Amino acid sequence: MSEIVSHHQRGISLHRINAMVLRYWYLLMSSWPRLLELIYWPALQIITWGFLQNYISQTSGFFARAGGTLIGAVILWDILFRGQLGFSISFLEEMWARNLGNLMMSPLKPIEFLLSLMIMSLIRLAIGVIPMTLLALFFFGFNFYAIGLPLIAFFCNLIFTSWSVGVFASGLVLRNGLGAESIVWTLMFAVMPLACIYYPVEVLPGWLQIVAWTLPPTYVFEGMRSLLIDHVFRADLMAWALAINAILFAASFAVFLALLQSAKRNGSLLSGGE
Amino acid sequence: MDAGQALRLLSQWLNDGHMQQRGTGQGHAPAADQDGSAAIDVAHLVKVYKTTRAIDDISFRIARGSITGLLGGNGAGKTTTIAMIMGLVLPTSGSVSVLGAKIPEQRYDVLGRMNFESPYVDMPMRLTVRQNLTIFGRLYAVKHLRERIDQLATDLDLKEFLDRSNGKLSAGQKTRVALAKALINAPDLLLLDEPTASLDPDTADWVRQHLETYRKTRNATILLASHNMLEVERLCDRVIIMKRGKIQDDDSPERIMARYNRDTLEEVFLDVARGRLREGAPEGTS
Repeated sequence: MSEIVSHHQRGISLHRINAMVLRYWYLLMSSWPRLLELIYWPALQIITWGFLQNYISQTSGFFARAGGTLIGAVILWDILFRGQLGFSISFLEEMWARNLGNLMMSPLKPIEFLLSLMIMSLIRLAIGVIPMTLLALFFFGFNFYAIGLPLIAFFCNLIFTSWSVGVFASGLVLRNGLGAESIVWTLMFAVMPLACIYYPVEVLPGWLQIVAWTLPPTYVFEGMRSLLIDHVFRADLMAWALAINAILFAASFAVFLALLQSAKRNGSLLSGGE
Repeated sequence: MDAGQALRLLSQWLNDGHMQQRGTGQGHAPAADQDGSAAIDVAHLVKVYKTTRAIDDISFRIARGSITGLLGGNGAGKTTTIAMIMGLVLPTSGSVSVLGAKIPEQRYDVLGRMNFESPYVDMPMRLTVRQNLTIFGRLYAVKHLRERIDQLATDLDLKEFLDRSNGKLSAGQKTRVALAKALINAPDLLLLDEPTASLDPDTADWVRQHLETYRKTRNATILLASHNMLEVERLCDRVIIMKRGKIQDDDSPERIMARYNRDTLEEVFLDVARGRLREGAPEGTS
């Protein structure tokens, strides 16, 4: 081993994960449009939906009682959606920069790469969602943090789902090149109608309810409604969501590794184009 | 299989999706790296993409401390060969060992001692040169990183644009930065794909000089793919000429030129590329 480098670190290296987080941090700080975009869409969304909630709560007794369900749902949906985008965009940055070959040839391991993307997803999420919650508080009097401890369960379940989708979508882009980029932007929307963000699961036809209950976010949004409308925290729903998330997470990681192997067989790691 | 073995296998799999080859007798110990063994050992390597045989049963060993040139026209298989040596492309059959480690199974044992430069990859454009080198230095666990970056900046004349975005550099400056990244960990094995492309003759000559010095001072092994015949003549102890995925010839530049009865490697290259068999040239060249 050269005297210039430290001894080879076996296992997962925090040092390499930090290096990758620093890489994305430098990128974020070098571009104000990237920063602005992180705040812009969530802010726009909360203002639009907040006024809608105000309007219908004035005209509907139910929404007056269930104050904040719409705004709460919007914020939780944003955690799910932007958590995945935060993960996937950092991955796409490597594809756009044609830097993936450099990383794959370095001692960085796939698990370290994915962990750094997860950390960046949290950082990007914080930049976008914290101002969103503050806007909800000041404009519409909805204190998202008043949800209290259940919020931690909601957040953990949603972020795990977002990472699973992010890992899966990134694997597809890794294997198929930037031609598959649109999957990154649209995959989460396939979950949207079935996750019952704005309506209860009972609204769906019976057979579709079975499909909906296979998705962890469904449990979270049902749990949120239960908390805000009936003031009951459904720990059973959170436990189910966590169990399904564990399976999803392991499956998405296995698929990512399989797609990485396929990309190596196919020779697409060095090309990565369309 | 006990729980410990299962955990170790899982950990290996998490590294890169590769299971450690069983029965090698090496278990999970670092790959052997005995003095005197070849830096690169390629045996009966084949790569088939669907119906295209990109690499067709090639074998070669590259001695430590040598500079070897991989020559061949477009589509000859140079980049695929280098990519398989790096473990970025999986061979259809055959084997690759690098610094004593089996590739791809044990690549993480030696990746910290290798590095590469290729026109198929870029450094992030929005980051400054210093930021890019800092990140790669950290990935390679370079000690005294600030001093190392300063040293490379001096050696490769990067100082004046160290704090400039990579995207704002000229093609020649980018090539030098890519070379600095390739040297950040002072690798024992350096794989270079067209290292002096886009450089003016003066800078290209200066880079070649730097590579020669680097090889001598660190006893590093360099494998370079190039279309620049003068560069190969000047730098390389040995030349491997490829055509359509096969090795056409493999010897020192002088002996190859003598065998083809030519004065320059460029003439040899044209003979091979155009299928002109010269007296004494190996069979199958034309």
